Amino acid sequence: MVAGWFTQDSGEEDFRLLGTRCTACSAVFFPREDSFCRNPACTGGELAEVPLSKRGRVWSYTDGRYRPPAPYVCDPDAQWEPYTLVAVELEAERMVVLGQGVPGVRVSDLAVGMEVEVVPGVLNEDGDTVWTTWHWRPLGVAS
Amino acid sequence: MTGEVAVLGAGMHPWGKWGRSFVEYGTAAARAALTDAGIDWQQVRSVVGADTMRCGYPGYVAGATFAQALGWQGARVTSVYAACASGAQAINTARSQILAGMADVVLVVGADAAPKGFFAPAGGERPDDPDWLRFRVLGATNPAYFGLYARRRMALYGDTPEDFALVKVKNAAAGALNPNARYRKAVSAEDVAASAVVADPLRLLDICATSDGAAALVLTSMDFARRHGAGDPVRIRAVSTVTPTYPKAVLDLPDIATDSAAAVDPLPRPFRASIALAAYEEAGIGPEDLSLAEVYDLSTALELEWYEDIGLCGAGEGAKLVREGATALGGRIPVNVSGGLASFGEAVPAQAIAQVCELTWQLRGTAGRRQVPGARTGITANQGLFGHGSAVVAVR
Repeated sequence: MVAGWFTQDSGEEDFRLLGTRCTACSAVFFPREDSFCRNPACTGGELAEVPLSKRGRVWSYTDGRYRPPAPYVCDPDAQWEPYTLVAVELEAERMVVLGQGVPGVRVSDLAVGMEVEVVPGVLNEDGDTVWTTWHWRPLGVAS
Repeated sequence: MTGEVAVLGAGMHPWGKWGRSFVEYGTAAARAALTDAGIDWQQVRSVVGADTMRCGYPGYVAGATFAQALGWQGARVTSVYAACASGAQAINTARSQILAGMADVVLVVGADAAPKGFFAPAGGERPDDPDWLRFRVLGATNPAYFGLYARRRMALYGDTPEDFALVKVKNAAAGALNPNARYRKAVSAEDVAASAVVADPLRLLDICATSDGAAALVLTSMDFARRHGAGDPVRIRAVSTVTPTYPKAVLDLPDIATDSAAAVDPLPRPFRASIALAAYEEAGIGPEDLSLAEVYDLSTALELEWYEDIGLCGAGEGAKLVREGATALGGRIPVNVSGGLASFGEAVPAQAIAQVCELTWQLRGTAGRRQVPGARTGITANQGLFGHGSAVVAVR
């Protein structure tokens, strides 16, 4: 679905989001920017793949109490289970990255400023394939 | 002022769920605006349509679609798409044509027939589209972003869900006085608290609905207005259509991440504030000159943010303003006296035009029971997908 957005086949410990970094101005991009550096003051350099910080702090959070429309994939016959969305500030990259919280984490478990880490998760699956995604998990919570 | 254009006519089709075509709504609004202006359709030399993307082919070429519905008469035509800011960019296009001497009389029209529920991206497998990706990968609806902003305000400034509800109560009270609004009933704080949570901490009544609706304006050169016998018309003095400055540090629809500030420090002023600032600079006025404002209350919490971004108060002071009643009808600086999106709902290409219709009626002193006494200067502010936005300053 989103090739090259995170490490493949790595364990939970080594799982990272992957962005790109401009070799001329060191601007970082996520989702990855592979064509042109978007810093208007930069004349452009090579864009090299770079893993993003594993941990960050919650910038804000919310949840989805109603089923989102397509193209979100979910079983229309199953009862809707709200998921959390967490916007996370990465200190080194100085950027905010949105992601779903790990299954089972509710808004009452979250707070702005709380430390979280990125872990692999399942976006959806059918008979043949499991589509992986990234989830944010509060530190100290087992998935 | 040489940079001004006259607003000779304003018209709407009432908003609601009417089950008809956007062409019908837009044509009705256009005819109402022409009648209001005392202008014959055949005098219009340019038509600018704000595009209605959900309505397929005719919606993509809205200018020609409305021109055909009104009867081909050879006018210049333009179609404009900028999501929620489409109407403002359509107004700006009309103004630019007038100021450039390309046309004396321009009709601006926006109309929508919106589906119920969450807005969704266009269909198909389109992983190269960031708007499609936010739904597919995250299930992040528009209210999810509004929820993030609201929760952030609570953490930074101590805003409460009760503060947010006050915005709905205020806007519903104003909307109850507006015959064009979809919702015309008073709402209490208890009603808001009793409605279902959609995206924590926001409830159904904190978030604007989707609607059918249409709005239209007849804009002319100041010379034409004078010749037409309108010596003192409402004038548009500024339209800002600015983009953000890199790096954009606030998460925005439909982005999954902000720009990184690792290479360049962000400006101290957030992007939304730069939208109004550009309009103030162009108009040569400041927030202290305003009689009223119409801002995009896509959510109640977002309206509080606009108070700060259009300079009515400092950062974090928005809730104080609504608590004091400053932004209610009869307050120091009334905001969304039309009832806002809270009372109208979203009819995407029409709403930025509808904001200017409200300014027009207010500045003429013909807004009836929702009239702001002695209104002389107003601003509108809105934001489209991908963070761009617009603001219009109108004066009398």
